[in-house]
Amino acid sequence: MKAFTKHKGVAAPMDRANVDTDLIIPKQFLKSIKRSGFGPNLFDELRYLDEGQPGQDHSKRPLNPDFPLNHPRYQGASVLLARKNFGCGSSREHAPWALDDHGFRAIIAPSFADIFFNNCFKNGLLPIVVAEEVVDQLFAEMYAEEGYALVVDLEEQVVVKPNGETIAFEVDAFRKHCLLHGLDDIGLTLEDADDIRAYEAKRREQAPWLFDAVK
Amino acid sequence: MGHPQNKKQTLYDKLWQDHLVKSREDGTALIYIDRHLIHEVTSPQAFEGLRLAGRKPWRTDSVVATPDHNVPSHAEERAGGIEGIVDEVSRIQVKTLNENCEDFGIVEFGINDPGQGIVHVIGPETGATLPGMTVVCGDSHTSTHGALGALAHGIGTSEVEHVMATQCLIQKKMKNMLVRVDGELGPGVTAKDVVLAIIGKIGTAGGTGYAIEFGGSAIRSMSMEGRMTVCNMAIEAGARAGMVAVDDITLEYVKGKPYAPKGEMWELAVANWSRLHSDDGAHFDAVVELNAEDIEPQVSWGTSPEMVVPVSALVPSPADESDATKKAGIERALEYMGLEAGQKITDIQLDRVFIGSCTNSRIEDLRAAAAVAKGHKKAESVKQVLVVPGSQSVKAQAEKEGLDKVFIEAGFEWREPSCSMCLAMNADKLGAGEHCASTSNRNFEGRQGYGGRTHLVSPSMAAAAAIAGHFVDVREMQEVA
Repeated sequence: MKAFTKHKGVAAPMDRANVDTDLIIPKQFLKSIKRSGFGPNLFDELRYLDEGQPGQDHSKRPLNPDFPLNHPRYQGASVLLARKNFGCGSSREHAPWALDDHGFRAIIAPSFADIFFNNCFKNGLLPIVVAEEVVDQLFAEMYAEEGYALVVDLEEQVVVKPNGETIAFEVDAFRKHCLLHGLDDIGLTLEDADDIRAYEAKRREQAPWLFDAVK
Repeated sequence: MGHPQNKKQTLYDKLWQDHLVKSREDGTALIYIDRHLIHEVTSPQAFEGLRLAGRKPWRTDSVVATPDHNVPSHAEERAGGIEGIVDEVSRIQVKTLNENCEDFGIVEFGINDPGQGIVHVIGPETGATLPGMTVVCGDSHTSTHGALGALAHGIGTSEVEHVMATQCLIQKKMKNMLVRVDGELGPGVTAKDVVLAIIGKIGTAGGTGYAIEFGGSAIRSMSMEGRMTVCNMAIEAGARAGMVAVDDITLEYVKGKPYAPKGEMWELAVANWSRLHSDDGAHFDAVVELNAEDIEPQVSWGTSPEMVVPVSALVPSPADESDATKKAGIERALEYMGLEAGQKITDIQLDRVFIGSCTNSRIEDLRAAAAVAKGHKKAESVKQVLVVPGSQSVKAQAEKEGLDKVFIEAGFEWREPSCSMCLAMNADKLGAGEHCASTSNRNFEGRQGYGGRTHLVSPSMAAAAAIAGHFVDVREMQEVA
């Protein structure tokens, strides 16, 4: 996994509550057996005026001129400002894959859905929870100033605004550690292989039926 | 740790404790996974990850695979097996699952195997998922299996790989929520209506960060199929896991299932499972109460499962909402759905009807739909009514009972087991602007097809709508019939 330490990037809006993972990446693109290449289909139904299909040349499709991510001022944006309950619905990890592939490194919202939130950390994408009033303020400032860029400093756990003001945020110690160092958590868990084997042996005695294979 | 001995525990506390391999200083824990279900959509990248890292699955006998999302529901296309799948991308995905299972020695109920079906239908019906287990799958509706008194939830593909490689998940303990539904459900009111009413009450983020235990007399008197419907949609209330305590109904259901313990092992298991309920006086961080008598058949009108009202109600008006974000959400949903504020729910005309999905494709669901459809014909204005059984076993049972004939005589289409139009990854889709009465779980924009308009309902409400051509209160229809 790629590491996340400190990142500066232009902020872009996804200004609606309860954005579900179907909206982030529609079902027809989940047929891919790869982890990459989902970027052109991020928010596909909002971004384009037609229905997208896998394998198409998406650069030739008609863009929706009303969708902010299509506006010149948000090109190259890498920090997404979002609303409550971002990433609800399906557990598809294709959602963070699409956000990452499009170039987003951090998402700031008042709340996230549990599974999506967790999936982000596995992909070097940092979801940041801040109070709703603070998010409102960030949206207002971003709309007012073209090129509005934020610095996200994971080590210090702060978002730094263009005027130098800082917003502190919380992050789990373990997730922070993994992100800062780009660690593979499977490798870390396997360091505890002896504990897993010991648990398994004990459990096999207490509840042997759990170890009967399905054939 | 300052916890008193003999502390009263919730069902979730017990399941967590039973599977705790190790607590780490940073507040995370390693939780052991007993059953890992996989399907074709969220597993290929996990197998690829294992290959790239040169890792082997920890315990292949804990994994059960089946293709469900991409498989065709149309009998003719289905008869051709994997090679017969017309959509090339879908075919590659189903084939990839098949190859991965062969390579790694994982049991797969293949596309036309008698054990195939929607992963959340085949787990409980075969006994592959059991009370007291931890169950995961790269699929958010894994919460379904919690109905057995299991700790079951969806995971992402990175976690699929993690569980395959280590048999564990890195978790933080969730908070406990009790949703208690007391009283007796009225005739025509089903488990689906109960869970939609719960989501309508607490919202799609109401359960975020919680494991929900569903309790109360209305839940206790539900069949296992009904409990599965309720737990299935815990995720639509924001909770990764939903669960119901083990009781006689659970044991009766599990007993004799192909992979359930037998003989002395059964006795041992039952003794262990008898403690799978919350202790009296156990602490819940949140409690939500509903009165079963107050619950009417529900219909979703908008683009989020929380946008749901009783069938007798009107489509809500943004003018009545004071919260600006919610108001904007209602306005956007009305526009997408092509509805007017204040319109009667029963005036919504339907283009298609879908009876199926991991929420409502079990035998009891099909019986309920058939009971309404029997002796009627679908409305002329309804283009298509799809009935898609949840598994090969459900299909066989329904055919044994003659339900397929009831549906066909009513002008409904009887299909092959698959996820089908719940998320339109196979050929079953809504056209742009079409309204669908659907027994599935999500009414998100585009979910059932580009521009499609989904209304979530119970199987009997869906069948009634198919016959009338618009929503009707199934209770009135049953009185007439």
